[in-house]
Amino acid sequence: MTDVHLTVGARPRRQRGGSSWTSFALRRAGGLAGTVVTAVVVTFFIVPLIPGDPAVSAAGPDATRAQIEQVRAQLGLDRPILERFVDYVGGLFQGDLGHSFSLNAPVADAVFRWLPFTAGLSFLALLVVLLVAVPLGMTVGALTRGGRRPRLDSAFGYVTAFVAAIPPYVMATLLVLLFAVTLGVLPPAYTKSSPGLSVVLPALALSIPSICLISRVVRRETAVVLEQDYLRTARGWRLGAMRTALRYALPNLLTSTLTLSGIILVGMLGGAISVETVFGWPGLGLGVVNAVTTKDYPLVQGLVLVLAVLSALMTMAVDIVLGIVDPRVRGGNNSG
Amino acid sequence: MARTVTRTRRLRWNPALVAGTVLLSATALVVLVASFVLGEDAHALSAQAGQGPSGEHWLGTDDLGRDLLARSLVGARASLFMALIATGISMFLGVLIGAAVWTAPRRLREFALRIVEISVSYPELLVAVVLAAILGSGPWQVVVAVSVANIPVTARLTANLSGAIFQRDYVTTARLVGVPRRALISRHLMPNMAEPLLIQLAASFSTGLVAMSALSFVGLGVQTPDIDLGRLLADALPAIYSRPVEVVGPTMMILLMSIGAMLVGDGLAAAADPRVTRRPASTRPVPTRSKDVGSAAPVVVRDLVVSRADGTDLVHGISFEIGRGEILGLVGESGSGKSLTALSLARLLPDGLTASATALRAGSVDLLDRPARAELADAVAMIYQDPGTTFNPALRMGTQLTEVLRVHRGKSAKQAREIIAGLLAGVHITDPPRLLRSHPYELSGGMRQRAMIAAALAAEPALLVADEPTTALDVTVAAGILTELARIRDETDTAMLFISHDLGVVTELCDRVLVMKDGVIVEELTGEALRAGQVSEPYTRMLLDAVPTLAVTS
Repeated sequence: MTDVHLTVGARPRRQRGGSSWTSFALRRAGGLAGTVVTAVVVTFFIVPLIPGDPAVSAAGPDATRAQIEQVRAQLGLDRPILERFVDYVGGLFQGDLGHSFSLNAPVADAVFRWLPFTAGLSFLALLVVLLVAVPLGMTVGALTRGGRRPRLDSAFGYVTAFVAAIPPYVMATLLVLLFAVTLGVLPPAYTKSSPGLSVVLPALALSIPSICLISRVVRRETAVVLEQDYLRTARGWRLGAMRTALRYALPNLLTSTLTLSGIILVGMLGGAISVETVFGWPGLGLGVVNAVTTKDYPLVQGLVLVLAVLSALMTMAVDIVLGIVDPRVRGGNNSG
Repeated sequence: MARTVTRTRRLRWNPALVAGTVLLSATALVVLVASFVLGEDAHALSAQAGQGPSGEHWLGTDDLGRDLLARSLVGARASLFMALIATGISMFLGVLIGAAVWTAPRRLREFALRIVEISVSYPELLVAVVLAAILGSGPWQVVVAVSVANIPVTARLTANLSGAIFQRDYVTTARLVGVPRRALISRHLMPNMAEPLLIQLAASFSTGLVAMSALSFVGLGVQTPDIDLGRLLADALPAIYSRPVEVVGPTMMILLMSIGAMLVGDGLAAAADPRVTRRPASTRPVPTRSKDVGSAAPVVVRDLVVSRADGTDLVHGISFEIGRGEILGLVGESGSGKSLTALSLARLLPDGLTASATALRAGSVDLLDRPARAELADAVAMIYQDPGTTFNPALRMGTQLTEVLRVHRGKSAKQAREIIAGLLAGVHITDPPRLLRSHPYELSGGMRQRAMIAAALAAEPALLVADEPTTALDVTVAAGILTELARIRDETDTAMLFISHDLGVVTELCDRVLVMKDGVIVEELTGEALRAGQVSEPYTRMLLDAVPTLAVTS
C-alpha cells in the first residue's frame, strides 16, 4: 500500500505543496475531530436540556427531599454548568462515561458489553449486502446496457424499489412471521444458547433493504461505466467480457459503491435501534431505547456519544478506503 | 453537472411516477375517508376480543375487542399527517438554511457549511432518539424530533445546489449588473433546484414516515391510547404467535405509503436524469465470411455498409485497401462516416449499429468471421481521439498498458513492463518506469496519447487505426504525435488508417487520402496531389480552403 502514496507525492500535476496523502489524512482527521467534538458538546447538553429535574428522576419516585438533594450533589448537578462540562470532558479522557443508575454500573461497562453485538450485527449485514448487491447490480447492469432486455430492467427496478421501501423493523416483523412463526426454523429473538442462529434474522432485516438500494446504484453506475471511452479501449484490447468487467468496470464502480456503503453502514446503526428492539438483540441500539424509556440520562448520554463517534469513525474509514481505491478523491476535489 | 442548465422543462410523466402518485393519493384518500367513518370503532371496546378476520371485522379484533381495520386506518391517518407536517418543517427550514448559507459572508458560510456537514454524519434516527429523549414522548414531540433530524440532509443538498448555481457565469453576470437578491433567488436559484428538491421532498416524506413509526415502534413516540402505525405494530408484536393477523394492518399501511413515496421519488429522479433515457435495442452483426478478393494488401475493405437498427444506412458500401507501411488518410466533416468505418474495422461499433461487407480483412484475420480475441488483438489496434478519457482513471498506466501482452501473449508482468517501457522510450517518454507507476490523471494529454500509441504497438498489429489522434491536443503536442506516427510507418510495415477532419494534418502525414462525405467516398488522392493542391471535387476544395494558413501578405 505504501508505494501508492509515495508515487502520488511525486505526481506532476499536484495541486498543493507537500504530499497530498498527508494533507488528505489531515483533512479527514480534522473532519473526525469536528464530529467528535460536536458529539461531546451535544451529548453533554442532553442532561441540562431535559425538562424537569434529572435528580428527581435519578433518585426514584419515592425519594424524600433530602435524598434528592443528596443525589443532586452526587451527580454534581448543583455545580456551575461550565465546571460540569470540564468534568465531563476530563472524565471522557479517562474512559469515564458516567454512572448508569438503572444498571447501577459504569456506563463504560455497558458499552463494552453491548458494543460487540451491534458491531457484529452491522458488519455481518454489510458483508452480506456487498457480497450480494455488487455482483447482482453488475450483472443486471451488463445485461440491460444500452436498452437491452427492457423487461428485466423494469422488473429489477420495481422489485428493488418495492423491497427497499420496507423499513427495517417492518422487514424484521415480516421475517419473524415467515421464519419463526410460520416455518419455525429460526428463533424469533436473541437466545443466549444459539447466538449464531439468532443473528440470522436481524442481519437479514438490516441487509435486505440495503441490498436493493446498493444493487440499484451499482446497476446504474455499471450502465454509465460501460459507455465510457476507457471501456471501449479495454474492449479494443479484446480481454474478454469477464476480465473487462472485473478489471476495468469494477474499480470505477467502487467509488460510488463504497461511498454509499459508508452511508448505509452509518444508517444501519440507526436501523439497529429498531431492529435490535424487535429481536431483543442486546446491542447499543436496544440499550439506548431502554435508557431513554427508563430516563437513565447518563446512560443515554454515554451510548449516544459512543454511537456518534462510531458513525464518525466509519465515515472516516470509508473516506480513507476511497482515497486508496480512487486516487482522485485525495486531490481534495471529492464533490463527485 | 451537465443537467443543471437553466430550463423550464415540463415534468415528464413515467410509469413509476404515475404508479407512485396514484398509490399515494389513493391510500391517502381511503385513509382519510375511512378513518372519519370508522374513527369511533378504533377506540370502541367490545366483548369480541382477540378474534380472527370475519365479515364484521375484516382484520379481526385486538385483545380489547377493538376493530383492527379501523385502528390501522386511524393510525395511518395519524402517521400520514405527522409525516406531512414533519416533511413540511424539515424541507422549509432545510431549504432556508441551505440557501441562506450562500448569501452569508464567507467566514460565516464556511462555518455553517461545516456544521451542516457534521450533522449529516450522524444517523438520523439516532438524532431523533436524542431529541425524543429531551422532548419526551408524544405525537408533537416525535414530529419535532424527526423534522429536526431531517433538516441537515435537505440543508446540505440545497447548499450544494445553490453553491453550484451561484458560481455559474450567468449568475455572476446577473450579480454584477445588480439584479436584486430576491430576483436572483426566484429567477435563477429556485428553477434550477426544483427537480432535486422535489426528489428530496419525496425522500423526506418517506424517511420521516419510517422514522416516526420507528420511534413509536420502540416506545419513544406516540403513547397509548394515541395510535400511529408504529405504535400499532409494536402492540401487535407480542401476540405475533397467537394472532399473527394483527401485524397485517399496520404493515400494509406503512408499506403502501412508503412504497408510494419511493416510487414518486424514483419517478421524479428518472424524469430528471437524461442518463436513464433508452436507446433502441441493437442487433448483432450477421456473421458472414469475406469473399476472396484476391488482394495481397494487408487491409482490404469491400462494400462496407454500416446501418442503424431502423435500417438507415450511415456508410454506403465503401471499398479501399491499405498497403504495407502505408498511411491512408480518411477525411471528412463530422457525421461523414469516417469514424464508423474505423470502428467497423476494429469491430467496436456502438450498440445499435451493424456493419456488413463483402470483404473485411486485416492481416490474415477475416473481420467478418468472428475472429478469436487474441487474433483480433493482433490484427487491429486503435488510437482514440481524446486521450483524457481513453484510460481507466482508477487504474495505473502500467496495469492498463501491459494488459494486451499479458493476456494475449502470455508474458509475465515483468516481461510485459519491460517491453512496454521499451516502446514508451521509443515514443520519446523520458521516464517510462515512472509513467507506468502513474495514474492517467497525473499525465498530460500528450503523454497519454504517446502511451496509447505504445500500447497499440505492443500487439504488433497488422492495422493501426488512429481516430483523430491529435484533435484533442494542442498544436505543438499534436505535431510530436504526428512525427511518431510517421516514424512508425518508416520503421515498421504497419498499415495505418489515419482519420481526421483536418486536411492540413492529413496533407502532412498521409501517403494517400480518401475524402468521405455522407457515407460515401467522393475522391481519392495521392499525398503529392493533395500537397500540390490538385483536387477535382468541389467538396475537397472546400475542405482544403478551410485549412488556416499563415500567409505573409506584402
